[in-house]
Amino acid sequence: MSLSADTLSYEFDEEEIGFGKPQVAQTAHAQPLSGGLKFSLAMVAVGLLSLIVQTAGGLLAGSWLGLALSLGLLAVGAALAFWLQHRGSVAGIKHDGIYFSGLLARGGAAWIAGIGMTALYVLLYWFPQVLGQPVDGAGPTGLIRVVDPLARVMTGYPAEKWFLYGVLYTGAILVFGVRMMMKYRHDRYQQIRTASVAFFQLIFAWFLPNLLVRFRQPYMEFNGVWPLKQDYLWPEKVAGQFLGAGPFGLFLLGFAIAMVIATPILTYFFGKRWYCSWVCGCGGLAETLGDPFRQLSSKSTSAWKIERWLVHSVLIAVLAVTASLWIDYKMTGNLYGSWAGPLRQWYGFFIGAVFSGVVGVGFYPLLGSRVWCRFGCPQAAILGLVQRFFSRFRITTNGGQCMSCGNCSTYCEMGIDVRAYAEKGENIVRASCVGCGVCAAVCPRGVLKLENGATHADRYHGAERPISALFDALEHSPKLTMPRNE
Amino acid sequence: MHVVIIGNGITGATAALELRQLDHDCKITMISGESKYHYARPALMYIFMGHMSYQDTKPHADQIWEEQRIDLVRDWITGIDTDAKQLALHKGGDLGYDKLLIATGAKSNKFGWPGQDLEGVQGLYDLPDLQRLHETVQRTRQAVIVGGGLIGIELAEMLHSCGLPVTFLVREDSYWNNILPAEESRMVSRLIREAGFGLKLETGLKEIEGDDSGRACAVITDTDERIECQLVGLTAGVSPNTDLVKDTAIDTGRGVFVDWSLRTNVPDVLAAGDCAEIVTDGDARNLLQQVWYTGKRQARIAAQVLAGREAIYDPGIWYNSAKFLDLEYHTYGQVNLCVPDEQNLYWEHANGNHSIRIVYLQDRVIGINTMGVRFRHRVCEAWIAEQRPLDYVLEHLADANFDPEFFRRFEAHATAQFKEALV
Repeated sequence: MSLSADTLSYEFDEEEIGFGKPQVAQTAHAQPLSGGLKFSLAMVAVGLLSLIVQTAGGLLAGSWLGLALSLGLLAVGAALAFWLQHRGSVAGIKHDGIYFSGLLARGGAAWIAGIGMTALYVLLYWFPQVLGQPVDGAGPTGLIRVVDPLARVMTGYPAEKWFLYGVLYTGAILVFGVRMMMKYRHDRYQQIRTASVAFFQLIFAWFLPNLLVRFRQPYMEFNGVWPLKQDYLWPEKVAGQFLGAGPFGLFLLGFAIAMVIATPILTYFFGKRWYCSWVCGCGGLAETLGDPFRQLSSKSTSAWKIERWLVHSVLIAVLAVTASLWIDYKMTGNLYGSWAGPLRQWYGFFIGAVFSGVVGVGFYPLLGSRVWCRFGCPQAAILGLVQRFFSRFRITTNGGQCMSCGNCSTYCEMGIDVRAYAEKGENIVRASCVGCGVCAAVCPRGVLKLENGATHADRYHGAERPISALFDALEHSPKLTMPRNE
Repeated sequence: MHVVIIGNGITGATAALELRQLDHDCKITMISGESKYHYARPALMYIFMGHMSYQDTKPHADQIWEEQRIDLVRDWITGIDTDAKQLALHKGGDLGYDKLLIATGAKSNKFGWPGQDLEGVQGLYDLPDLQRLHETVQRTRQAVIVGGGLIGIELAEMLHSCGLPVTFLVREDSYWNNILPAEESRMVSRLIREAGFGLKLETGLKEIEGDDSGRACAVITDTDERIECQLVGLTAGVSPNTDLVKDTAIDTGRGVFVDWSLRTNVPDVLAAGDCAEIVTDGDARNLLQQVWYTGKRQARIAAQVLAGREAIYDPGIWYNSAKFLDLEYHTYGQVNLCVPDEQNLYWEHANGNHSIRIVYLQDRVIGINTMGVRFRHRVCEAWIAEQRPLDYVLEHLADANFDPEFFRRFEAHATAQFKEALV
């Protein structure tokens, strides 16, 4: 009987110290940047420089050439860099070094990025004059002035802060969409899904809404749904805008209502994903700009608990605010109510601005890409309830092939412990799953597959009675999963 | 009753949790010198490459062990006294048991090569190996990997990820062709070369040279070529880790001898997983299964026996899956085992990245291999277990597909080619 002296002396603290980045003396074939990559990075640098000069009111500010040489060059350069960076490797999952990266693993760079993104939201909401928001009939200045020529062509008005935001937001989805297309060029589900979110952002959330502004119609994003876009069904919008805009206003109101009605129907057939990871604008940004940060979502059971309390509380809040506004409107005839008005402002400030904007997007590099979608979005809560209890969608697992490596759980942006189901060979039917399909993509053993089954009833025991399943779930909150006998 | 489990790998951990389900009262202690908590060994490579943190590799939240009242002891065992039913612990003290499960896993094969114990020579099986690898790469300029197989290619990928040049020495004339049929083996060999690894086929290891400080500095092949390297990966398979039970009353052969209920010759002592060798009477070949799912499956049997129930291990239809660089591999049933009179149908995509193989005997399907195509485990298993005719399987081949939505489907091409070949 003998264990070697080496073995007996092994006392490494894997929990506290961990393993960290392998320190290689010399990187034998560290490749120099290719000419193309250098060129594209130079474009980014020139674009950035030009943007700074123009923001300060310098050369070319407010001209088409200025826009092309700043944001245009920045976007094209970044997209080209992503393209070239991925083109050189064999198609497949390439996650080397993510946990050694300061930006992607909550290092100093992540804090800088997080603070920077948060600051942008704070400026947009509360200090737009810093960004050059026009005041008293004067034209825009600073950063907002850079997109002015585009705003005038698209909307017929000078640029203001929300136009700038729309350009940056859509641009981020398109540029990082190129990155997704290249990263997943072996995976058609990811490619088609990325094309879908890019299309809906560009056309439904940016181009058509700007046309509405141009033709002086009520504003609306066509991929937005109440209660995510809470005001689309508030009296202020419905009675104050849609109903006052003739037949086209009625069409817009009809569209807004149709989206609400379509929600449970489409979710029954395809799961929550038809909206959250294919159509939604918030989802679009999370799946593109947010993709590098998806591993930061917390997988702890306490996070799951907070998620369930918070997201359903916001749902109840938006239902209560919406009902109050309508009751108040009917009683007083006042669009903003006599007593419910402050509720409207309160919801807009805490949920609309702070939660979905500042925390939801600003904290990507610290909390992951789906903070708002997971903990706050009331639309996600509705879609989740339908998906959990009455949908054909499920992630199926491939018999006994799982070897518990944990890639699926690590890269789940919604913090679902996918492995806990996969290693038992159970279907995954979770309210929060947005159906991004990355768990199936990163699995090295071919274990996971997103499927729309022929019926909702075969997904898990009890699913044939969705109402009793709902009450069961209310009575017994989910516990830590335990291995099950075969 | 006090049940002690030696080892917290997939077999030990599964047995502990299953036993708690079956017996709410017994005291369970699980001992490991390797790690505080159970982690998923197959994810070692992902920790090294920065895909995951160590914490991400743990399948359960830390509090589950306390909730399930499973006592964890971080220590090495230095002695087993089966008469007194006591274990000696390295850090001091003894631990008594009523029932014992040995789940000590396996260790990397070393075939008596000169220099195999030099610093810088290692396998890749556990956390000490990972820790050692982190130390060795600091002074490594080139690495040689001896033996082709799953772990070899994983180790190569790991070293490649931090920029180190890697050369494989493979004794056979094609990569892993004792497991992979010729065509699939060629496919993997090609991918290895495309990834920029050196691949020396029909080349074995003669000896490892050390420098003055006792560190490996080169290997000499059996073709008398000298390759300078500071890291030698030994990945020529694993064998049961019986270090602890040798010289005790517990019988061992290649592994710890057990019956089909995983009992050793000593009462109240069981063994399961990679370390166990199931003695088969009548059959000359004992059963030694060393993959993830068999460890899990044997653990469930061991838990039942520990709980005082009768249970017999059923190996079921063999399956396995793996990933060679970016190429996924699934196998079910009997493939490449040279079953007398077996016949093979093989389809490969022109791009060389997808293949489907069906092995049949008379007209019954006995095995399926796929590369770059995901198949459904339960469907393939059922076809093989139910001895479905070849015609039926060809007719229903698309039912087996498990690729994500919108992926190109290859079953129709494959079936058309198979039917042509059969005419």
